[in-house]
Amino acid sequence: MLGPVNLSVNAGECLCITGPSGGGKSLLLRAIADLDPHAGEVLLDGIPAQDVEPEQWRRQVGLLPPESSWWLPQPGDHFHNGMPVSLEQLGLADSILQQPVSRLSSGERQRLALLRLLANQPGVLLLDEPTANLDPDNTQRVERVIADYLDRYRAAVIWVSHDRSQVQRVASRHLELDHGAFRDQAVELHT
Amino acid sequence: MITLSQFDLLIASTLVLLLALISMRMRTGITGQLVIAAIRTALQLTLIGLVLKTLFANVQLGWVALLSLFMLLIAGREVMVRQERRFRGWWGYAVGTFSMFLSSFAVTIFALIAILGNDPWYAPQYAIPLLGMMLGNTMSGIAIAMDRLTHAAWEQRNQIEARLMLGERWDTAISEYRRQAVRSGLIPIINAMAAAGVVSLPGMMTGQILAGAAPVEAVKYQILIMFLVSAGTGLGTLAAVSIGARHLFDKRQRLCLDRLRER
Repeated sequence: MLGPVNLSVNAGECLCITGPSGGGKSLLLRAIADLDPHAGEVLLDGIPAQDVEPEQWRRQVGLLPPESSWWLPQPGDHFHNGMPVSLEQLGLADSILQQPVSRLSSGERQRLALLRLLANQPGVLLLDEPTANLDPDNTQRVERVIADYLDRYRAAVIWVSHDRSQVQRVASRHLELDHGAFRDQAVELHT
Repeated sequence: MITLSQFDLLIASTLVLLLALISMRMRTGITGQLVIAAIRTALQLTLIGLVLKTLFANVQLGWVALLSLFMLLIAGREVMVRQERRFRGWWGYAVGTFSMFLSSFAVTIFALIAILGNDPWYAPQYAIPLLGMMLGNTMSGIAIAMDRLTHAAWEQRNQIEARLMLGERWDTAISEYRRQAVRSGLIPIINAMAAAGVVSLPGMMTGQILAGAAPVEAVKYQILIMFLVSAGTGLGTLAAVSIGARHLFDKRQRLCLDRLRER
């Protein structure tokens, strides 16, 4: 399903991936987060994924899926490690943590999911359309929060986006994932 | 004790026929299944009666073991077909059958040796009915629990994977569904114990009393059976759900829904 891909992302770098729907962008992110079996090799600071316990790998290589999932009644129940970024920076009120998840809008949930992921302080962020449900103001807030995180933690980011202007704003490099555009099968990540 | 003649059973069967006629006229679409099930009951029970008669006449461990194995394999198949989204391939059969083997056989052998203390311990008059009761109940418990588990994994895959993405271990990510599955497997036997004697007179006890046993003796056996059945069902359900939950994930703790049948 996924063609050969060879890419390398450095600490503090934001690699944007665009491409047609069904081109395998999400599958690539899932493979890097080790959620699907794959034939390729993924290295983090030179260490292959299979040499790291899966849960530690996924803590380090954090994937933000396009649709967020919540398993406890309130968003606040999902945060154990404190807030890495204030809710205000994402345009959210503090009281949102005590509201039932079912009453939040998809945009609110998406921003909270980003916050939940950042709380793990991953060295690599895999973002799958992180601003898909957001208005321009909140899109800007999310972009700023991610840029800050990247600077502060020297993280590496792989950002899947449909939005050309967004790619121009946030990308330090841009790759078009088209069928068969890449040759080898290796992903190298550096933090 | 009143011995039943074949004619007596024929009279009883007219009631089933009556029901079949009514259900046919109502076009319930279940008449065929009803008649076939009734015929199966008569045939299967007659057959097992003959088998038990022969077995009682030749008390040998080998024969008892053979019949037990046969019962286990049939029960295993029953557990398998009752799960909508079971595991593909031989796993779909093995999880339930192995768990039933573990729990039913262990509890039955324990009861035969430690409680009944027969000589020989495998005396078929006790061993076979006891095992049958165990298998019958464990079977439903495991089938319900496994159905629930695989269903939940399928429906809630996004949630389970979201937890994996945040660095949770597989057993944490599925813990809630594992608990729910065990609970649903145990509810029938808990209800049966709670209602016994008040709402329902359990079938085994009723049978013994009809066959002329003293009620107090029949009741003691029934209590024994209830305890054994709940222990067996509980252990079997726990085993099946634990093995099943683990098999939903691979070595890299990925949720592997391709291991389940499509339906």
